[in-house]
Amino acid sequence: MKVLVTVKRVPDPEAKLKVDPEGKGIVTQGLKFVVNPFDEIAIEEGLKMKEKHKAEVVLVSIGKKESTEQLRTGLAMGADRAILVLTDDGADSEVVARILTKVYETEKPDIVLMGKQAVDDDMNQAGQLLAEYLGIPQATFASKVELAADLKSAKVTREVDGGLETVEIQLPAVITADLRLNTPRYASLPGIMKAKTKPLKEIPVAELGVQVKPKVKMLKLEEPPKRKGGIKVETVQELVLKLKNEAKVL
Amino acid sequence: MGNILVIAEQSKGSLKKASLSAVTFAKSLAGKTGGECHILVMGSGIDAVAKELAGCGAKKVWAADNPGLNDYLAPVYAQVAAQVAKDCGATVVTATVTAMGKDLLPRVAAKLVAGMLSDIIDFSVEGGNIVFKKPVYAGSINALMTLEGDPKVVSVRGTAFEAAKKDGAPAEIAQVSVSVDPSQSRMKFVGFEEYKSVRPELTEASVVVSGGRGLKSAENFKIIEGLADLLGGAVGATRAAVDSGFCPNDLQVGQTGKVVAPSLYIAIAISGAIQHLAGMKDSKVIVAINKDPEAPIFQVADYGIVGDLFKAVPELMEEIKKAKA
Repeated sequence: MKVLVTVKRVPDPEAKLKVDPEGKGIVTQGLKFVVNPFDEIAIEEGLKMKEKHKAEVVLVSIGKKESTEQLRTGLAMGADRAILVLTDDGADSEVVARILTKVYETEKPDIVLMGKQAVDDDMNQAGQLLAEYLGIPQATFASKVELAADLKSAKVTREVDGGLETVEIQLPAVITADLRLNTPRYASLPGIMKAKTKPLKEIPVAELGVQVKPKVKMLKLEEPPKRKGGIKVETVQELVLKLKNEAKVL
Repeated sequence: MGNILVIAEQSKGSLKKASLSAVTFAKSLAGKTGGECHILVMGSGIDAVAKELAGCGAKKVWAADNPGLNDYLAPVYAQVAAQVAKDCGATVVTATVTAMGKDLLPRVAAKLVAGMLSDIIDFSVEGGNIVFKKPVYAGSINALMTLEGDPKVVSVRGTAFEAAKKDGAPAEIAQVSVSVDPSQSRMKFVGFEEYKSVRPELTEASVVVSGGRGLKSAENFKIIEGLADLLGGAVGATRAAVDSGFCPNDLQVGQTGKVVAPSLYIAIAISGAIQHLAGMKDSKVIVAINKDPEAPIFQVADYGIVGDLFKAVPELMEEIKKAKA
């Protein structure tokens, strides 16, 4: 069994980001980059499938050489090998999905595990696009994945509006991970050492022959208007008076 | 400029109110580009929903009513939606960001070979180009973006566009002839564990009372519910509270949970992490109760009380009862 897990390099979600003076990007000086938190959860789910079903866990990332860092993190967690599709240009969700289609055709995994969204652009599209290009089932926002004994299908519980939905999907399929699917493990020291020599293949994007011109064009970044600072009140009585008379919400 | 197609959502024959936000966006965009607003609704036994949608001020409602569409399955719905988008000459296809909207719309975009943007909060038409505004980095920054080519697919944030009124002169309703085989999707709906609540829906309530990890237990979460009920509001929660098992995941407010913008948002024992703020910072009035005076939530709260929630909230409820008397 083989699972293909996508890994995106994103700015540390805890960092306070600033827009650069031209408004074209964020200030990256001193910025720490990490594995997209949802992708970490996807990696963990792949590792559980490795432990339970002897699945081979293959990581794939798309971007500049720096993304090697995030792939090594995934390898340190326990993944078997990694692929970096090298491109200097930005890729929108469509380009990502088209690139992944090519990787899928080579690797032929049983499951593509992805984070439900990347915390930089918050698009939540690539997994679904990939599933449609491949004409295969999707189960997004997964909070639980149960593989059938014959490994030909999976029951996936999804976090949707109003509750939890369970769907049964035939494999191969795309599953996108939601927050509560699992708690990702930390890489152990031996894991980190082993990761240095696990196979990491770099493929220049031109070699894949995909259409790489993004349709999404970013014109400008701007900081949203800040909320005006509020006040602290000493007593609950004061609060209720203000809510009633000032804010007029009571 | 062609037409704007809204993919409306229904469940068991009931229209999902969130769809009316996409209708407002579509009508506004149509007005600025000279196109018409069309609405598609899919399902089985959806006559009443189609009639409801016909009063929203769109030019035409397309009803795809078929037993094969009884269960929502992304590939099946995408097939129908893409066909209707072509039939109605849509250059923009849209839906509100809901679990279904997020799951379905990219597959529609893929079928139409359309560029797509998710969760847009505003737009402008400048010289034949549509410029969309979208939150990125957990909403700490907004991006102005365009999409090359037509058609374009965009999902819209429900709190950014007011629900369209349903009191207009009825539009034409066209029945869509559908031929689908759900088994071809290789997906099957198995079950739905509904979180039943008598309280208002989180994304529709004008008052939201939200609890965080500081509540310490699911039992204590009842304090949040008590205050919400007193104010006739909905209950919300942080990721930490949900992860700790205090309440169902459906109540999570934040970057990857629900985005709300009520008239009054009361944050109790919530520190104010960026990811939580992403889901509630557009609320009109924010009140925070937290025992840590340095908690980031106080930076966005209009009114803050530094104190022990186990004392402050019961006191607050007493004062509110007095004020309402």
